[in-house]
Amino acid sequence: MGTHLPSTEFDGTAVDDQREADAEAVMGEPAAQMVQLLGPDGKLGTDPVFSAYADKLTQEDLRRLYADMAAIRRFDVEATALQRQGQLALWVPLTGQEAAQIGSGRASQPQDYIFPTYREHGVALTRNVDLAELLRQFRGVSNGGWNPKDTNFHLYTLVLAAQTLHAVGYAMGIQRDQKLAAATDGAKEQPDAAVIAYFGDGASSEGDVHESMVFASSYKAPVVFFCQNNHWAISVPTNVQTRVPLSNRAKGYGFPGIRVDGNDVIAVHAVTEWALEHARQGNGPVLIEAFTYRVGAHTTADDPTKYRPSTEEDAWRAKDPLTRLEKYLRAQDLADDAFFAKVKADGDELAAYVRRTAHDLEDPDIRQAFANVYAQAHPLVAEELAWFEEYSAGFAGEEESAGQAAKAGH
Amino acid sequence: MTTMTIAKAINEGLRATLAANPKSLLMGEDIGPLGGVYRVTDGLIGEFGPDRVVDTPLAESGIIGTAIGLALRGYSPVCEIQFDGFVFPGFNQITTQLAKMHARSHGNLTVPVVIRIPYGGGIGSVEHHSESPEALFAHTAGLRIITPSNPHDAYWMIQQAVECQDPVIIFEPKRRYWLKGEVDVQAPGPSEDPFKAHVLREGTDATVVAYGPLVPVALAAANAAAEDGRSVEVIDLRSISPIDFDTVTASVQKTGRLIVAHEAPTFGGIGGEIAARISERAFHSLEAPVIRVGGFHMPYPVAKVEEDYLPDIDRITEALDRALSY
Repeated sequence: MGTHLPSTEFDGTAVDDQREADAEAVMGEPAAQMVQLLGPDGKLGTDPVFSAYADKLTQEDLRRLYADMAAIRRFDVEATALQRQGQLALWVPLTGQEAAQIGSGRASQPQDYIFPTYREHGVALTRNVDLAELLRQFRGVSNGGWNPKDTNFHLYTLVLAAQTLHAVGYAMGIQRDQKLAAATDGAKEQPDAAVIAYFGDGASSEGDVHESMVFASSYKAPVVFFCQNNHWAISVPTNVQTRVPLSNRAKGYGFPGIRVDGNDVIAVHAVTEWALEHARQGNGPVLIEAFTYRVGAHTTADDPTKYRPSTEEDAWRAKDPLTRLEKYLRAQDLADDAFFAKVKADGDELAAYVRRTAHDLEDPDIRQAFANVYAQAHPLVAEELAWFEEYSAGFAGEEESAGQAAKAGH
Repeated sequence: MTTMTIAKAINEGLRATLAANPKSLLMGEDIGPLGGVYRVTDGLIGEFGPDRVVDTPLAESGIIGTAIGLALRGYSPVCEIQFDGFVFPGFNQITTQLAKMHARSHGNLTVPVVIRIPYGGGIGSVEHHSESPEALFAHTAGLRIITPSNPHDAYWMIQQAVECQDPVIIFEPKRRYWLKGEVDVQAPGPSEDPFKAHVLREGTDATVVAYGPLVPVALAAANAAAEDGRSVEVIDLRSISPIDFDTVTASVQKTGRLIVAHEAPTFGGIGGEIAARISERAFHSLEAPVIRVGGFHMPYPVAKVEEDYLPDIDRITEALDRALSY
């Protein structure tokens, strides 16, 4: 499949070059090849398979990919600021991973269903999730925040890799839907929708990833495993999770594995579109490893200076996904200063909206928590709620008099 | 009325569910051509095909996790876990995902997954094949847990569990799989709420609450006590979460004494929960402390000594003696 050069030829960092050499020693052959179309220099290369998919992107599509990446980066800056101001308990920044997320999310179709982990703010944007709703979880007013049925974008999952199994089960449901439809009205048996399961290089070590790939392969489920290898699982580097490229694992399960330059939004879009087509056509799962980098901290509670040199971050900033697309758009006369000014203004407007909305998010009532433990009436929940109501009612007069006392200056 | 075993009753209940609900399906290890290690799914793959009776890879987290995904797509999966001690690879999916998905989504999502687990000892088996881990799941909000003790309940409870919009774990008393009883398969539907306890035998001197495999033992102990002139009420709890405290409370208010019997270790168990609740609800009716009869605080012992571990008629009788001596 395609023209895939060794990762080392894509200006990898010294760390990556060493890992590549180690993997080659383990495997006895060149370890991995990586699909890249748009290099850090902003020049578009070709690929026998994926160029055809890249060519489908219109000028408007390319501009939108840039605008999306810029918007989500601006959002990330704003959310980080909100955490610093005490408006959010925690934030999980995505800066550096914009191309991996926007490229793959934009390659999905509305009928596809997406299971994120907890850093997929860029994918959420492509699925029209209200970005202010994304903040609910981090403000402590919800453990979810949006209705997945509205966008086919599932809630964030914090127990790593648990969602990869949900994705495969969902894909098994799509297969059965199609068969039921075929049995009733003679529709085609191929699935017309697919699922994407996002996870990271750290989560790749979880047993659920293994089990999900076994199930997906055995039942040829229409699912795309999208692994963002951002090089760091909090403080632990990828070579502790794996000695060979993660994309190589697919071979062991019997389905295609592709390593793509995760900072190249055009290649990510092309590869993901190909993989989703592959899945929807009934050919089974695909593993995509998007080779990217978490430029910032794991969360706002993290301190990367304790475990990695800033020179490594600098090396990856040189491969920035936005910069290279900007170079390309300008060189091809697809966007001008006015376009980039508009993108910046739109980003600031989004940030203002998010800031305003975050402040306005009301604290929930614990009665909502009582209401949602079970779908059907439950005597213990009802009993405890009744107790809570009675108990709370006992404070009603007290709060009033406390308020009056405060007013009276006591 | 048809006479059948508990295993057959579950089989018929599953057959009725698969026939009535095209979105229902079974998942598990060896449940296809083999019909499960206890043959509970015998014959179903032939009738409903491999998309409805799914032999899965040997991976319990995978079974539960993919069942959650199927439920999110609108399906009603029934998972078979081969033995009680093998549920733990799936424990993470059950407690962090299945139990919490409805709450996490503010009620927007339902995950009506059913998990069948053969449980309990008395079959002379090897390690991990005789455990009673129900309390570990009862402690997790969001799950419902029921356990049949007879073929009639076994037949209806599995169908009711599939219809329930909440996740339901059914603990099946494996050493009673061959216990026979009457089932009315022609009835239009179940007549009982699966989450309510049943008073199986009325009495006035003491109450014995049991569930699953110990229900016949409790009844036998009550019969033995009757020969000594003691009138013992026996309650089949049926539902472990929620627990029908109204029925237990009403009984204790009448008898003044309560014994709770289960195979699981007493420490941190369902019996302790019942004892605490009843002491709050019926303190002035109690003539004696609530006494628990159950397993010891040890890993389930080897088969050659399990008779010393499992509560039997004598152990329940001893507890009754103590309660009645106050």
